[in-house]
Amino acid sequence: MRNVLIVARKEVQEGLRNRWVLATTLLLATLALTLTFLGSAPTGSVGVRALDVVIVSLSSLTIFLLPLIALLISHDAIVGEMERGTMLLLLSYPVARWQVLLGKFIGHLAILAFATLLGYGAAAAALAATGAAIEPQSWAAFAAMVGSSVLLGAAFIAIGYLVSALVRDRGTAGGIAIGIWLLFVLIYDMAFLGLLVLDQGQIVSGAVLNALLLLNPTDAYRLFNLAGFANVSSFSGMAGLADSASLSPAALLLALALWALLPLGLAALAFSRREL
Amino acid sequence: MTETIRLEQVAKRYGRVEAVRDASFTLRAGETIALVGHNGAGKTTLMKLMLGLIRPTAGRIEVLGDDPSAGEFAGRRELGYLPENVSFNTSLTGRETLAFYARLKRRPAREIGVLLERVGLAHAADRRVCTYSKGMRQRLGLAQALLGEPRALLLDEPTTGLDPALRAAFYDIVEELRGRGATVLLSSHALTELEERAGRVIIMNQGIKVADGTIDELRRIARLPTRIRLKVSQNGVDRLPEWLRPVGSWRRTNGRLVEIDAPPEGKIEMLRRATDPAAPVEDLDVVPPTLDELYAHFLRTQEAAR
Repeated sequence: MRNVLIVARKEVQEGLRNRWVLATTLLLATLALTLTFLGSAPTGSVGVRALDVVIVSLSSLTIFLLPLIALLISHDAIVGEMERGTMLLLLSYPVARWQVLLGKFIGHLAILAFATLLGYGAAAAALAATGAAIEPQSWAAFAAMVGSSVLLGAAFIAIGYLVSALVRDRGTAGGIAIGIWLLFVLIYDMAFLGLLVLDQGQIVSGAVLNALLLLNPTDAYRLFNLAGFANVSSFSGMAGLADSASLSPAALLLALALWALLPLGLAALAFSRREL
Repeated sequence: MTETIRLEQVAKRYGRVEAVRDASFTLRAGETIALVGHNGAGKTTLMKLMLGLIRPTAGRIEVLGDDPSAGEFAGRRELGYLPENVSFNTSLTGRETLAFYARLKRRPAREIGVLLERVGLAHAADRRVCTYSKGMRQRLGLAQALLGEPRALLLDEPTTGLDPALRAAFYDIVEELRGRGATVLLSSHALTELEERAGRVIIMNQGIKVADGTIDELRRIARLPTRIRLKVSQNGVDRLPEWLRPVGSWRRTNGRLVEIDAPPEGKIEMLRRATDPAAPVEDLDVVPPTLDELYAHFLRTQEAAR
């Protein structure tokens, strides 16, 4: 375990040094603040549920941005170090390969969690500072949103590692990472909607619908945040879908966790069999 | 002497390429071994096999009590490795980089400053590695390999990019570690450099071990002629053909300079004749076969055998 923490610490150190942490935090904070103050326009400044509106906008932002950031920092993690030759030296040290992978994962996740917490936290703090009344219920929903955002990031970091452990060069890893982002964030949902429209509720039953939603981590995340809390779902327009998809928040979180753990396990397996 | 590294009939195949074939040898504590061979002879592959970075296709390997192909790595705390083209994450400083590796080997932080001093990087310790020159990176590579009094050192082309002064300092460090009982395995192209330093030489060609022994042993096996260079006196030049007739192979290189290739059994006889008071010889040099020549010889005999 100590090795894992040593590797994680170095990953964070490097992230701080090459300004990944700074860039990600600033990007998320800027976008979150912008969305918070522009996004409250429809409800007006007297809206009692200002934070709920923020949750809706921020979770949409998360779905686009966090997977992209996660894949950007993770797709290079193994194949990049191999190409640069630093992996050769690292693996000659008394450290197991799974420890290297897990250490990197914890380090990268810490960077992402820090950026999300600070960026989104800034938005909530700014909102609270303007004197908007925020119910405890909304705070809970906000905390759940931030937490599940980090979990979504973890899933995509793990997916990025799997790609990185399997391919031969960095260019391929980058290309596949972009492809995965496009697939999960854009294409999947379009195809999903198209299917529902064509099907008109004939074949696609509730069970199939559930399965299809769980097969995409971003959908599980979306459903968890936009439909999970009654107040939020009325703003998000997801209430209809939430009714027909009978998935509990716990099941959705479990799906997200599996989306992080399974690719991570497969990445560790692929990495352990790799020859340098 | 205690064994530190043992290879038994190790083979490594990449697809149809046989990088290493049937390699067996034992390395002991207190030995400096030169691993010599062309590019692609299998030197780097052998080191990677010893580190468990790749798995052997056949055979057994034991390094400091571990089986690296089974993923055992406890012994690696006492092992230093310097890869051929060492590279570091360039965003960290030299000190931070070394601190990271020291933590992985569970070495105290005070070792870092000492090592940086020793390889002459103390002045640049707090600069980022991306500002380092090739030689400075090589020195940092050397520093990390020396962390923690290694019992086994695997150095792949360690002196490339080092200036002559640092080269000498490097070999001093290696010699000191060897004296304290470490096994030092060096691979290099610079054969002349290794000649005086390596107690033992392993010659690889196309994945096969073609020779293994001390330089003297190899000289004996190779039976290469010793070169004797004579400076003949002015009036002796005319008598030369007659005087040298029994020797066989000789040539005049330049005016009064003569080179004789003396076979091992004829060497002493030749020297006696040359040092005879009556001999027309003013000066004399004896050049035993160099590691370069031995290397070329063993490659030739192996090629001929195939």
